[in-house]
Amino acid sequence: MTGATVQVGRGPSLQPLTQDTPVLIVDDLSKTYADGTQALSGISLSVRPGEIVALIGGSGCGKTTLLRLIAGLDHASRGTVQVDGETIREPHPNVGVVFQEARLLPWLNVAGNVGFGLAGLPRSERRARVARALERIGLAEHGGRWPRELSGGQQQRVAIARAFVTHPRVLLLDEPFSALDAFTRRDLHDQLLGLWGETKPTILLVTHDVGEAVTLADRVVVMRPRPGRLDETIDIGLARPRDPVAAHHEGAVRRVMAALDRSLRPAATHPPLAPETRAAWW
Amino acid sequence: MSGSITAGTALRTAAVPTRLSYPPWRVLAAGIVWLVLAGLTLQLPEAGDFPRTAVFAQGSAAIGLALLPLGLLAGRLGTFGARLRHWSPWLAAIAVVLLTWELVTAKFDLLPMPFFPPPQAILEVFLDDWPKLGGSTLNSLILLAGGYAFGAGLGFVLGVAIGTSKAVGYWAHPVLRFVGPLPATAWLPLAFFVFPSSWSASTFLVALATGFPVTVLTWSGVAGVNKAYFDVARTLGASRSFLILRVAIPAALPHVFVGLFMGLGGSFAVLVVAEMLGVKSGLGWYLQWAQGWAAYANMYAALIVMALMCSSLITLLFRLRDRLLAWQKGLVQW
Repeated sequence: MTGATVQVGRGPSLQPLTQDTPVLIVDDLSKTYADGTQALSGISLSVRPGEIVALIGGSGCGKTTLLRLIAGLDHASRGTVQVDGETIREPHPNVGVVFQEARLLPWLNVAGNVGFGLAGLPRSERRARVARALERIGLAEHGGRWPRELSGGQQQRVAIARAFVTHPRVLLLDEPFSALDAFTRRDLHDQLLGLWGETKPTILLVTHDVGEAVTLADRVVVMRPRPGRLDETIDIGLARPRDPVAAHHEGAVRRVMAALDRSLRPAATHPPLAPETRAAWW
Repeated sequence: MSGSITAGTALRTAAVPTRLSYPPWRVLAAGIVWLVLAGLTLQLPEAGDFPRTAVFAQGSAAIGLALLPLGLLAGRLGTFGARLRHWSPWLAAIAVVLLTWELVTAKFDLLPMPFFPPPQAILEVFLDDWPKLGGSTLNSLILLAGGYAFGAGLGFVLGVAIGTSKAVGYWAHPVLRFVGPLPATAWLPLAFFVFPSSWSASTFLVALATGFPVTVLTWSGVAGVNKAYFDVARTLGASRSFLILRVAIPAALPHVFVGLFMGLGGSFAVLVVAEMLGVKSGLGWYLQWAQGWAAYANMYAALIVMALMCSSLITLLFRLRDRLLAWQKGLVQW
């Protein structure tokens, strides 16, 4: 329960993994667009099964680009993405995505949207999974409603349930809560963790909200912009369920803030850690 | 949480009172106008010989007499009563128009007679010539249904194919641009010459008139589908055919319906022209035939049937759209 280890590492963080083999391996991933702008440079990352990793950083550091590459929606200029040992080149059933906007299909009702990815399953199984997911997100009574009749928070919950019901091994969340108010967001954090608890998929969460990253993640990876690359990794190491007002939670938030702060300074003039910052961690 | 829902119900409940607030005497007044029409039709001397004047008057009287008790009970008749009250000014207006028409034709002979028959002459056509008129309507409907279904089906498939396949688009697009805007009626002489029967020629023409707008709008609907939907579907494991059938087509349906609507309008025009010029049956043919015999009452009767038919078909199309596109909001009510 105490504040865990702090890694003040520079550059790509390919930590030796102790127990499980990683489910998601990103190796030296780069993306250069046709006009020559380099969006991502040499991203390497390994994520264990069931781990929740938050990618944090300002806008323009290629977070969304990285998720699209891992999802197989775009093609990398260099490097590979592997999920369960399988190289990802196209969208894969083992990789689910929740986008920043809910992107519900407006011609399907709520239940139809949640069950959209289950077309291959028998009807009864599909119904059971959809009903269970709807219950999990507190929309059990709303399966027959149209997406346009839902609030923004409800729509995003449906989108999250839709990604979970196919039981992907890796779930990519691209700032799914950024458009929501603080109350709705807290609610959705709980529901996300509830859904995660059922099948324990590996989650890669892109966010620009430090509090959100610390609340949800086992590990927070800081990204640097132009070109986008990975910077420090902070192990959160707090037990779940987490209490966002507890003292050690505050400590973790401060550690991430400090790392973010360092990432904003030019790499060459990176100063040694100030003693008062260190004092705040321990 | 349910802000949009409550707003929606509030709007709907707000619309109801305006409908119910019509004073009850409105229906009574409409009934009285119909009785006046009946009385004047019977009492005033006629300028010519019209065998169905009595039937016309009796019919008007029957409507007027039916409206009187309905007007008294309208408050207790629920939706039907509310509707009756809503439309009662129109009911009265129809009686006024019929009365004016009756007076300027049959009674005072103010309009040139053969071209402007009185209402009872048109009623006479419906009563005496209904087998031929009904048969013509049926033939028109059959021809229209065949051509429309053929054109709409083909146009839909072609539109989806152009929208989803580069190869089909490459070959079909120039043809569509060159031939499509040509009015289907321009094909008429050629069609009657090339096709083995006038029926198949007319089916082709109706299909052509329907097919072009349906193709173009289906295509534009499919091409304009939000790419974000495709991303979502792909991450959920959708195959290419699944993307077309379950994403592109449903997303394009609002456009498809605009095409179906435009196609239906175009098909009416082509149908009537084709029937006037080549086919030996149908309402267009009936119009032509009535003109040949200077049977102007028959022409008016055919026009009335035609208007009813076209309006009903468009209503039918909109009903279908309301069912299939219930997920859309702000649909235009027909």
